[in-house]
Amino acid sequence: MGSREDILHALRANLPGPTPLPEWQGFGITFPDPRERFARSVAEVGGRCVRLADLSTLDAELMLVPEYASALKVASLVPGVKRANVDLPAVGDPHDLRDLDYCVIGAELGVAESGAVWVTNHGLRNRAACYLAQHIAIVVKGETIVHNLHEAYERIQIPRPGFGMFLSGPSKTADIEQALVIGAHGPRSCTVFVVG
Amino acid sequence: MLDVALFVPCYVDQLYPRVALAAAELLERHGARVHFPEAQICCGQPMANSGCNDDARPLALNLVETFAAFEYVVCPSGSCTSMVRNHYAALLPGNEAAIALGRKTYELCEFLHDVLKAQPKGRFAHRVGLHASCHGLRELRLGSGSERLVDRFDKVRDLLSGIDGLELVELQRPDECCGFGGTFAIAEEAVSCAMGKDRIKDHERGGAEIIAGADMSCLMHLDGLLRRDRNPMRVMHVAEILREAQP
Amino acid sequence: MSTTQALEHADKAAAFVADEERLQWHDKAVYFVRSKRDRAQSAVPEWEELRTLASQIKAHALSRLPEYLEQFEAAAQATGAVVHWARDAAEHNQIILELLNSRGVKRLVKSKSMLTEECHLNPFLEANGIEVVDTDLGERIVQFLKQPPSHIVMPAIHLKKEEIGDLFHDKLGTPAGLSDPIQLTYAARLHLREKFLAAQAGLTGVNFAIAETGGLVVCTNEGNADLGTSLPPLHIACMGVEKIIPRAKDLSVFLRLLARSATGQPITTYTSHYHGPRPGAELHIVIVDHGRSKILARPEYRNSLKCIRCAACMNTCPVYRRSGGHSYGVTVPGPIGAILAPHIDPVKHASLPFASSLCGSCTDVCPVRIDLHHQLLTWRGELARLGLVPLGKRAAAKVTGAILAHGWSYRFFGKLARWLVPRLPRWLLYNRFNPWGRQRELPPMPEKSFREIWKERRDGQP
Repeated sequence: MGSREDILHALRANLPGPTPLPEWQGFGITFPDPRERFARSVAEVGGRCVRLADLSTLDAELMLVPEYASALKVASLVPGVKRANVDLPAVGDPHDLRDLDYCVIGAELGVAESGAVWVTNHGLRNRAACYLAQHIAIVVKGETIVHNLHEAYERIQIPRPGFGMFLSGPSKTADIEQALVIGAHGPRSCTVFVVG
Repeated sequence: MLDVALFVPCYVDQLYPRVALAAAELLERHGARVHFPEAQICCGQPMANSGCNDDARPLALNLVETFAAFEYVVCPSGSCTSMVRNHYAALLPGNEAAIALGRKTYELCEFLHDVLKAQPKGRFAHRVGLHASCHGLRELRLGSGSERLVDRFDKVRDLLSGIDGLELVELQRPDECCGFGGTFAIAEEAVSCAMGKDRIKDHERGGAEIIAGADMSCLMHLDGLLRRDRNPMRVMHVAEILREAQP
Repeated sequence: MSTTQALEHADKAAAFVADEERLQWHDKAVYFVRSKRDRAQSAVPEWEELRTLASQIKAHALSRLPEYLEQFEAAAQATGAVVHWARDAAEHNQIILELLNSRGVKRLVKSKSMLTEECHLNPFLEANGIEVVDTDLGERIVQFLKQPPSHIVMPAIHLKKEEIGDLFHDKLGTPAGLSDPIQLTYAARLHLREKFLAAQAGLTGVNFAIAETGGLVVCTNEGNADLGTSLPPLHIACMGVEKIIPRAKDLSVFLRLLARSATGQPITTYTSHYHGPRPGAELHIVIVDHGRSKILARPEYRNSLKCIRCAACMNTCPVYRRSGGHSYGVTVPGPIGAILAPHIDPVKHASLPFASSLCGSCTDVCPVRIDLHHQLLTWRGELARLGLVPLGKRAAAKVTGAILAHGWSYRFFGKLARWLVPRLPRWLLYNRFNPWGRQRELPPMPEKSFREIWKERRDGQP
């Protein structure tokens, strides 16, 4: 208790004068074709973007991804993924997902400027799955793609309590001599399916 | 005709008089009547640079008094101009004359470019590497700089653009610091010289014969390195180039 | 007042510079990151506006910091998080130790937190029998080497891949001579995956804390923060008081600036928003002062609290690039470090504000518009007032000041120097008492000063 009061007291004693909190409206870069820009951004961040007309072709497209086709353990929160054999909501202990090869999740929104998608634990139980999986695929509706992050924050619902993240491409690092290595501790590849 | 007081940095007065002379003659050519108030000595920057503001203060007061009567004060040095424009108010708090001096003191290139609207002509057939001195660039905004996303402009380059035969070489790092930094040049001699040598290499790679700039302090440091190394490149102040282009 | 202490950066820098090949390599490696930032910036036409917004949001947050902290605490508690407060490093470390002990934690994984480095948390926990594994690849490397990080975003930027290869051969059993970053990273992946799976608690830093919602935002590329918080049942998040931002929407401004400024990416791979613990797990947040309230009290320096730890200032700093992070001797090096450190210990860190040519490049790249190079100069004045400027510098300033204070002494000594220097033998001019002359010639000494020439001209003489 004492520390809290001491800290707040010390801060209160020395506050700068009032400054306004800025507002903005309709601010930020826009693109003539957000889906196209999104696809390019995904590639720029080390991912792969595949455009689908609708979900019916998802599994066929996934079969073209060697990491999916050869995966032994597959989890999917998106319906229609035929090779899915891990019931994610039923997994009690996330450690049991340690040998997950492939994970397919849905995203609520995409951001054109960065190839990021918004994923929450509404649709993602046992979120450890999307970090432990060796490879990941994300399904997002084309109509949810916004131009920039300001627009994204206007639209997303951030779970409270709960978890949400912007996910942009596969895990990566450049900590060894600035050499970009795709695949650090999380998934080593990321395929984004844009539907519609 | 504008009456202009010439503010000559102490080390330019003592070590590079030709630069001050070229500055004076340039101002005269482009429509100013040049006065040199002899009471001036030093802006105090060398001391302030070390944090020794108490030692800088008397020098600043002298400068303020020297130039009180003039409407325009022009200085062939970005760092000295910045000292007066940006730091005198804090050094001499409440001193109205100091604040006024800050408002009416100009670096030479910005004065030629903005006030006299000079468009120098002439011929100077050499390959020149233009060194963008930091104070001039980032404190006085003589140019847009490489760090910010703003419309590109460069007042020094503009002044040189009308000179026949003058070829500005391309640099890999167009506005990296030369490493002089005032007392830094002595206190951190190793890094200072490493920075200077890298600038020189950049100009060499670009094929420059002459390294030019608007601040003699940077050029003094680079020249010191060049001559120790017996490097054939030489240094010139922009004022000297413009003066030589049209004698 | 020790003069040698205040020489520290210069001495370490000189040693760094002496290895010419390594100097060039380090300078180019770090400058490359600056150029990546430039490229990323060029894709955002509203970049300068973003910087202004970010600076204003932080200024506002600082002006109402206690209020926002209280709002944050209540909102965080409503999500099921437990909030602790620590006045200083010792309290911070103690809180974490007690938390870990009470849950029987012996194996902790940690993602990047400069705050915990500042508090020297690792050695404290290790002394108390807890295994701490830094999971950011760069941090794991320097942890193995028992070195501090040399850069706050790229902790191992000072190491060559061959050196990392040798290290991994020793610690992870990779083949001798292997230096391929891809394979080395894969070896680290396998090693750290075991650590994530075996961890009993995960500790993270906090990039942004949202007052409005009680949420924490953590940005990583590697996925290590998320692995560390989605597996073990206990998540500890450590934050400095200045990490508070008012609203979730404010994140859009900072996130658009952060990764672009740090590494040239549009955004990090993972931008995780934590509101409370996972079901069945715990989230503990430790809010830390550790000198920040002191900085807030200083109008000249309080802008430094806006820092979002992107390291753009380090990447652009010509001195940092040519002296390396270790030469600063503090957790956070470079321009921002040179401003923050003297608050902690002005005696020990008196040399840092002088480890700069004041070129101002840092100020122009800072995404939150901190007036970095102005604060460095302000520190110099304060250190001089505190008597912490080395004797040599003070003496030089006094002597020069005295000579320049009067016209007659100025003119006399100027003429004397110009007359004498060309007549002195080289050995007298160039020796260890002349640091200018170590690698540079003195300027040529003209016969007449400008004022003499001008006077002659005015008086009609040729």
